[in-house]
Amino acid sequence: MSTKNEIWQGTLALMILKTLDSLGPLHGYGVARRIEQISGDRLSLNYGTLYPALLKLEQEGWITSEWGTSENNRKAKYYKLTRAGRKQLAIEEKEWNQTTAIVARFFKPVEEQS
Amino acid sequence: MRRLRAWLLRFKGIFLKDTRERDLADELESHLQLHIDDNIRAGMSEHEARRIAMMKLGGLDQAKEAYRDRATIPFLESIAQDLRFTLRQLRKNPAFTITAIVMIALGISASVAIFAFVDAALIKPLPYRDPSRLILATETTPQIPQANLSYPDYLDWKKLNRVFESLDVYGQRGHVLSTSEGMEKIIGARVSDGFFRTLGVTPVIGRDFFTGEDLPQAPNTMILSYASWQKRFGAKQEIIGQSIIVDEIPFLVVGVLPQNFHFAPVEDAEFWTTLHPGGGCFLRRSCHSLRGVARLKTGVSLAAALDDVTRIAKELEVQYPDSNRNQGATVAPLSQLIVGDAKPVLLLLLGGAGLLLLIACINVASLLLVRSETRRRELSVRRALGATRARLVRQFVIEGLVIVVVGGVAGLITSHWAMKILFGLIPADMMAGMPYLNNLGLNVRVLMFAFAIAAFATALFSLTPAFRLATLDVREGMAEGGRGAAGKVWTRIGSKLVVLELTTAMVLLVGAGLLGKSFYRLLQVSAGFEAKNLITMRVSAPSAYGKDEDTIALGRKVVSEIENLPGVTSVALAHTLPLSFNGNTDWIRFVGRAYNGEHNEVNERQVSSDYFATLQAKLLRGRTFTDFEDLSKPRVVLINQALAKKYFPGEDPIGQRIGDTDLSPSSIKEIIGVVDDIREGPLDSEIWPAEYYPFNQSPDTDFSVIVRTSQGEESLIPTVSEAIRKIDSRINVSNQTTMTQKASNAPTVYLRRSSTWLVAGFAAVALLLGIVGLYGVIAYSVSQRTREIGVRIALGAQRGTVYRLILKEASLLALTGIVIGIACAILAATFMRKLLFGTPPWDITTLVCVALVLGVSALLASFLPARRAASVDPISALRAE
Repeated sequence: MSTKNEIWQGTLALMILKTLDSLGPLHGYGVARRIEQISGDRLSLNYGTLYPALLKLEQEGWITSEWGTSENNRKAKYYKLTRAGRKQLAIEEKEWNQTTAIVARFFKPVEEQS
Repeated sequence: MRRLRAWLLRFKGIFLKDTRERDLADELESHLQLHIDDNIRAGMSEHEARRIAMMKLGGLDQAKEAYRDRATIPFLESIAQDLRFTLRQLRKNPAFTITAIVMIALGISASVAIFAFVDAALIKPLPYRDPSRLILATETTPQIPQANLSYPDYLDWKKLNRVFESLDVYGQRGHVLSTSEGMEKIIGARVSDGFFRTLGVTPVIGRDFFTGEDLPQAPNTMILSYASWQKRFGAKQEIIGQSIIVDEIPFLVVGVLPQNFHFAPVEDAEFWTTLHPGGGCFLRRSCHSLRGVARLKTGVSLAAALDDVTRIAKELEVQYPDSNRNQGATVAPLSQLIVGDAKPVLLLLLGGAGLLLLIACINVASLLLVRSETRRRELSVRRALGATRARLVRQFVIEGLVIVVVGGVAGLITSHWAMKILFGLIPADMMAGMPYLNNLGLNVRVLMFAFAIAAFATALFSLTPAFRLATLDVREGMAEGGRGAAGKVWTRIGSKLVVLELTTAMVLLVGAGLLGKSFYRLLQVSAGFEAKNLITMRVSAPSAYGKDEDTIALGRKVVSEIENLPGVTSVALAHTLPLSFNGNTDWIRFVGRAYNGEHNEVNERQVSSDYFATLQAKLLRGRTFTDFEDLSKPRVVLINQALAKKYFPGEDPIGQRIGDTDLSPSSIKEIIGVVDDIREGPLDSEIWPAEYYPFNQSPDTDFSVIVRTSQGEESLIPTVSEAIRKIDSRINVSNQTTMTQKASNAPTVYLRRSSTWLVAGFAAVALLLGIVGLYGVIAYSVSQRTREIGVRIALGAQRGTVYRLILKEASLLALTGIVIGIACAILAATFMRKLLFGTPPWDITTLVCVALVLGVSALLASFLPARRAASVDPISALRAE
């Protein structure tokens, strides 16, 4: 249970950063909905876990937050990617691609080897 | 970097709790609203929309909890909680808190203050280069374990040794400096040319002595001490190159020593000159006036150095049997020479303070134990609610830490005052011999020591209740009025602690008792004369009185001037005062006896005709000399009883003649009387054989005056000094004091008195703490047994039986403490044997008295709880639960 959670935590941060990168400043609820939509509703996100992750990213300086008003006139806290966050996203994206590529090779048929 | 930033923010988060909580609540609220809006737009009912939104958010409290953990550092956050809880607990129980803090402060301040002295004297490195390689190297005689070195022997040692990088010598003497206010006596030292190079000290301004500057033909130069430069010459740079008149001779100032420089053996010498070995003593191998300081070559041990100097001494003995027979050699670390007698005393005091600290810590630990007992329910409840054992232990650690930190800070502050007070109590002339104490204070080492103590105390205070926690039974602890094995467990640990306390108190009490008795014994020692109503002072006449006839005339004048003063009954002169030291010896040979070159070493004293009458010393046989027996008359001598017993056993010494080792005609003297032993050295030293020559047959311009007064001697000091100065204004009068003051300020007496008082103080506090500890245990035990006692009384037990029950418990503890204490005390006392005088470590009267004191106080302390037990009302005791 806990190991699964950890992996989830790491990828969640990446998803948050990517979401803020593509959509610009967004509130927590918006980020959560966006992640669900992108995953084609295959990921069922417990919205509550989002907030500690957002706080962690903010403490690390990848994102900043500011209170603002939503399109339907609700008060909401908006998160925005910082320049450092954008750089970090690029690095993590590259690493992610490398990791998945390596892992993917393991699942390919192994005919060349024999 | 990012990590650090995050941690800092989290640390900051601990203090921004309220803002953050509100912010999070707002954010979650806005999240829900946005979600509900969406759901309604999707066609749900308002109720349904809210339900779904809440569900998707997950447990609201879990979300908040997870957020909180991320926002702060949970570990620190909970420590802050524990800390607040601890402070609340301590405030709620001021009696406990204050007692604990006062005890810790007391223990820490006593041990830190004493440690600061130990540090200044024994730990702080001496202000020389590589001081561990510096040693004292000097000669020995069968009588004197560390004698002086003669100049010719020094030159040979320097040439023949294979172990020293360098060897230099120093000597001390008083000088007379002419100042605007007349003649002033100041202390100076003379050294060989390389002395400061051997120590590794360079003058702050000016230069060191050149090589060869200590030869007879070299000009007279001097180096000033820093203090003297500041005080006498206004710290002016121009002093270098100027001349100062000392002993009527001009000396060129060439340098000033650094401020931190000190060299205890010459006390606070104001200036340093070179030897200038003109004649007299410097030419004679038998005249010992110097001491050697050497720097060992790298890799040479003290033992190897001793072997080497012993070899040289043997060679010299063969080569110069006349002067060097039985002259051995010795070496010692320089630090030993500098700290000297203070070392065992300081270590003793440190031991005493350590024991006091121990007893204070144990007392606080048992208080904490009692408290943890009364908090059994609270602990059980917290445990049952899911607090881990580690969390509860941490609570105790924090409690211990708070007490130690507050007590420690208070202790450090008071130790600063304690140091000042102790320092102020040291008499000035004692202080002169201990210049290293001048940089006493709370330095890094002392603070580290304090920190180590605090760490030890914290460990003790948190472990004791934590240990108790291990035996905590949650179910039982929560049961109303539950009391089972737990109470007994506590009583077991608690009583062990009390026994330890009583043992420690016993050791301190016995130590104080033995020191007190030694001190009493020392004061009982007969000086061989009546010390009351005596004034003494030192007179130094200028070289104008250098001729023997003039010196004798001056002596007579001084005596007659003082004798005429009202209140004076008699006056005497002497080169050396009694109660000063054994030394200034002479080698004697007996006319008409076989002689094979042995050294019959005796104290040599030159005294005036009224000396024995003035001191009220007892003349045993023969007569004393008269004022007319001067250089024109046959030479005569008085001997003390020790000399008579040693060299004339069963013989009448009167009329016998003694002389120097060659029996040169001018040295032959006739023994005309025997006096009872007068203590020339300190009170705790042996009596050496002594001979007394007439002052008028060996006059000196530098002498002491002894005045017996009819009463109130102290008030006569100025009159007497004035009478001497009136004879000639160039005469210097110094060291004015009374004989009783001289006796009580003597280092040996002072060290014993001060250590006795300090250890007695420690012991008194230890006794108090031990008794309070015993009272605590018994009182607690009684409160735990109220019900049992109630039952006993209800079943017909007499009050007397109840008393016996409680007193038996207490006396068993006290007795165990006393018995173990006696064993430990005897062991401890054998370590301080050197400091005891006329008292064995197992001195039975001391042991019995101390055991009685402790036993009686223990009974008194347990009487109160016993009375409470005996007055238990059986009905209310049984109903209470």
